[in-house]
Amino acid sequence: MKLICRLSALILLLALSGCDLVVMSPSGDIAMQQRDLIIISVVLMLLIIIPVICLTLYFAWHYRRSNTSAQYDPEWHHSTRLEVIIWAAPLAIIIALGAVTWISTHKLDPYRPLDRIDAARPVTPETKPITIEVVALDWKWLFLYPEQGIATVNEIAAPIDTPIEFKITGSTVMNSFYIPALAGQIYAMPGMQTKLHAVMNKEGVYEGFSANYSGDGFSGMRFKFHGVSNEGFDQWVSQVKNQGSPLNRDAYLKLERPSARVPVTYYGQVENGLYEAILNLCVQPGQMCQNEMMHIDMMGGAGKDSAENRERLQYDTRWTNEEGPGATYPATGHGAKSHEGTEAETAPGSAAQPGKGNDGMSTMPGMSGHEGHDGKGVAPDQLNTNTKP
Amino acid sequence: MFTNSNLLEFIFGRLSWDSLAFTHEPILLVTFIGVVLGGLAVVGAISYFRLWGYLWNEWFTSVDHKKIGIMYVILSLVMLLRGFADAVMMRTQQAMAFGANEGYLPPSHYDQIFTAHGVIMIFFFAMPIVTGVMNFVVPLQIGARDVSFPFLNNFSFWMTAAGAAIIMLSLFVGEFARTGWLAYPPLSGADYSPGVGVDYYIWGLQVAGVGTTLSGINLIATIVKMRAPGMTMMKMPIFTWTSLCTNVLIVASFPILTATLVLLTLDRYAGTNFFTNDLGGNPMMYVNLIWIWGHPEVYILILPAFGIFSEIVSTFSGKRLFGYASMVYATVVITILSYLVWLHHFFTMGSGASVNAFFGITTMIISIPTGAKIFNWLFTMYRGRIRYEVPMLWTIGFMVTFVIGGMTGVMLAVPPADFVLHNSLFLIAHFHNVIIGGVVFGLLAGVNFWFPKAFGYKLDPFWGKMSFWFWLIGFYFAFMPLYVLGLMGVTRRVNHFEDPSLQIWFVIAAFGAFLIALGIGSFLIQLVVSYLKREELRDLTGDPWNARTLEWSTSSPPPEYNYAFTPVIHDHDSWYDMKRRGYVRPLEGFKPIHMPKGTGTGVILSGLSVAFAVGMIWYMWWLAALAFLGIIVVSIAHTFNYKRDYYIPAETVVETENARTKQLAEQA
Repeated sequence: MKLICRLSALILLLALSGCDLVVMSPSGDIAMQQRDLIIISVVLMLLIIIPVICLTLYFAWHYRRSNTSAQYDPEWHHSTRLEVIIWAAPLAIIIALGAVTWISTHKLDPYRPLDRIDAARPVTPETKPITIEVVALDWKWLFLYPEQGIATVNEIAAPIDTPIEFKITGSTVMNSFYIPALAGQIYAMPGMQTKLHAVMNKEGVYEGFSANYSGDGFSGMRFKFHGVSNEGFDQWVSQVKNQGSPLNRDAYLKLERPSARVPVTYYGQVENGLYEAILNLCVQPGQMCQNEMMHIDMMGGAGKDSAENRERLQYDTRWTNEEGPGATYPATGHGAKSHEGTEAETAPGSAAQPGKGNDGMSTMPGMSGHEGHDGKGVAPDQLNTNTKP
Repeated sequence: MFTNSNLLEFIFGRLSWDSLAFTHEPILLVTFIGVVLGGLAVVGAISYFRLWGYLWNEWFTSVDHKKIGIMYVILSLVMLLRGFADAVMMRTQQAMAFGANEGYLPPSHYDQIFTAHGVIMIFFFAMPIVTGVMNFVVPLQIGARDVSFPFLNNFSFWMTAAGAAIIMLSLFVGEFARTGWLAYPPLSGADYSPGVGVDYYIWGLQVAGVGTTLSGINLIATIVKMRAPGMTMMKMPIFTWTSLCTNVLIVASFPILTATLVLLTLDRYAGTNFFTNDLGGNPMMYVNLIWIWGHPEVYILILPAFGIFSEIVSTFSGKRLFGYASMVYATVVITILSYLVWLHHFFTMGSGASVNAFFGITTMIISIPTGAKIFNWLFTMYRGRIRYEVPMLWTIGFMVTFVIGGMTGVMLAVPPADFVLHNSLFLIAHFHNVIIGGVVFGLLAGVNFWFPKAFGYKLDPFWGKMSFWFWLIGFYFAFMPLYVLGLMGVTRRVNHFEDPSLQIWFVIAAFGAFLIALGIGSFLIQLVVSYLKREELRDLTGDPWNARTLEWSTSSPPPEYNYAFTPVIHDHDSWYDMKRRGYVRPLEGFKPIHMPKGTGTGVILSGLSVAFAVGMIWYMWWLAALAFLGIIVVSIAHTFNYKRDYYIPAETVVETENARTKQLAEQA
């Protein structure tokens, strides 16, 4: 029996040594601290789990019916001392683990700027972080480097030992941005921005992917993260600048279309304000930006006239009306995000007629010359100048 | 034939020949032929043996809680086979699809399969089997003759069956959702999932949800109002306690699911913007709402399993349950806490650190009462005389397996650790660890335990043990590799991999699924073998396990009226108490017994609900309108049905009870 146990343990170890447990041996400081947390919590819980499993097996064996030498006490069902122990022991573990949780959750909050590069080196005022803007598209990743003025698809590079600030959003549905070797994941959601602060400590090429199912092309939604030296990073940036075409709104709108397993693409230039427009769902000409809408709402709203803003705020339906009517999936062979326009389906978007355009909308109807609505104050002037075709 | 395409569209909505999915997919075609042949064989057999009348009168229209419970369990086992077939297909795909090999399932098909697997296993396997066992056992355990609202019970069952039928229909007509089992928007919205899949999902769950909610109300009323005299709350059997808590959870949480799905329905059908990206919609609202239902849901499933283990461990250790009161308090604490943890399902959506930490810690706190329960079972075995019958094997298997799942659950509750484990195969391994190790083991233990009560003969122990060992070993083979893969950074719902070093783990997991298949097969063989050997396995005493709670005091199977006289309770473990005090079965003084009468209304309403759902799913508005009208009319008409009860004449009771007296005498 013991031999079998040892043999199987040996086999397990061999098998495990043959594979790369990236979560347990990451290369970035944040992921390492998260790994430590996994180990601490396991050890704390094993304090109680191992005795329970051993006692279960021992009691099950010892008090078997055939063992008549074991004590049998059918009426024994209460012991205050034992009851106190069985509630207090897990409680003690959870108090310890709860304290660890509270502290670590705040310390490793992805929104919190880093205060150390690794266990030995704190972040000093001289440390210059790098910002990367991440957009989850159907089904590829777009990375924008605002400081370098470049953008890439499905490839990301960052200098090691430099704090990275990721700003993350999406274009259609929920994805999750995850580079296991670097740091834990965070969701990428359209119209919303999440943040992640992390640092890579070892040079190398690491896997990144979406960790939240997002439709047909989800499985291929992978990219490589290159942890490189400062010089290596400069080289990479100039390579992108030299090879890449410019990324403007038109190019983005083409890129945004659903496509799977897209090869690495470089963009040497990025149109100003593109990320902000993506985040606010207003890259398409004629769209009103979400932050503008929220600003109007905050100022008291546009009253009845806001109905006229409606079609400029229709975002999800932007592809729906383009294709002719079709049947459901098997007939058209479209993926989950194929866009068919049977009559009832377009009902939600029937108010929106994208083809109609936005002629004469350079000023917003709801906004022009309205004096206070029910005394709530004057609605603001239009904020984005994005509506001119 | 029809020249007017508008007319065609009016009649068939968006249904067309192309919607018949099996005409495109060879896998579906084979399945479809199998289902048709199987269905014809069953229908043929029923007709040949002239069983339609029997089934209709004795089962379909019956309001007897025992028969309804059994029908729930049969439904759940059928759906288990479907859900497990999905699991095997996923495991095969993931074990194959590496590098150049794309596997045999394209994403569009694979994505439907994992969605269907989740939906079916939770809503149409776990829920019906839990409800079924509660339905069968609870009234017997509290000394009642039926549930509070017998017709409602029948109606609830048929609504659950209708939901299952709608989901099964999607296999052949149209498609199922490709969104994952919780259908997060915006992916499940009209613009990103335009087909009928999500509509099948919505209407299947809504129809079944009516049944679940009503059966929750029914069982709460039953437990609160219909306990035998003397059975105070603190003398209720633990299984009844856990059932009460589960049904409170059902009644408090299923309306949230219904409301959430209504909002999604409005988004999809009426163009509202609750969960869209634009026009002020907020998909995260859906995620919050669905998990406010979803987290209590897992406790809805596990609490009755805890109750079953409590009954079994005390019965087969020949000993009173250790720490009854603390067991009750632990159950109630879990019930309340289950509403305070939902956010731990999306720590990674960018809530603040304090919010995440709060929900992480509340989650960990749940492990305290759960831990107390484990210790209570442990100390029930202590100084016991343990008989290794099949239900007890499941219980030991559960105790060892479940604590591992509990441990990984607490790991996931630490938010920064969750950031690296969320949505990974580690998470998949965790929840299968607690759901298989807890719920499935518990319910299979329960089926083995109460089967003799339901049918009058025990299940064959050899095949029961085979089933247990295949399940147990298969579970470890199937899910331990997923823990490893999760730590290798592999995420869920992926249908193709590049890294060849992962493949060996998926192959091991597929082998585990094969072992579980043998476990399920053994269980089915166990049912058949036991039926063939029923005379040998017959139990005439009504108490084959020398058990402790009230249901074992009546005959197996119990008479229609359960108890000729309402028992009076003096202690918990009341049957054990009665046996100890030398209880004498009353032999005379029988009176006519007032019983509820069967009705076909439940079946009719359920059929109309399927028609309504089909109309809504395929945009056949005329059908939806007619079916809805039909539901209203039948419901109102049913209120004029005054033939709802009858009396079992005293002579029949005397006859039944005398037969039992004779049986018992022969035994002695």
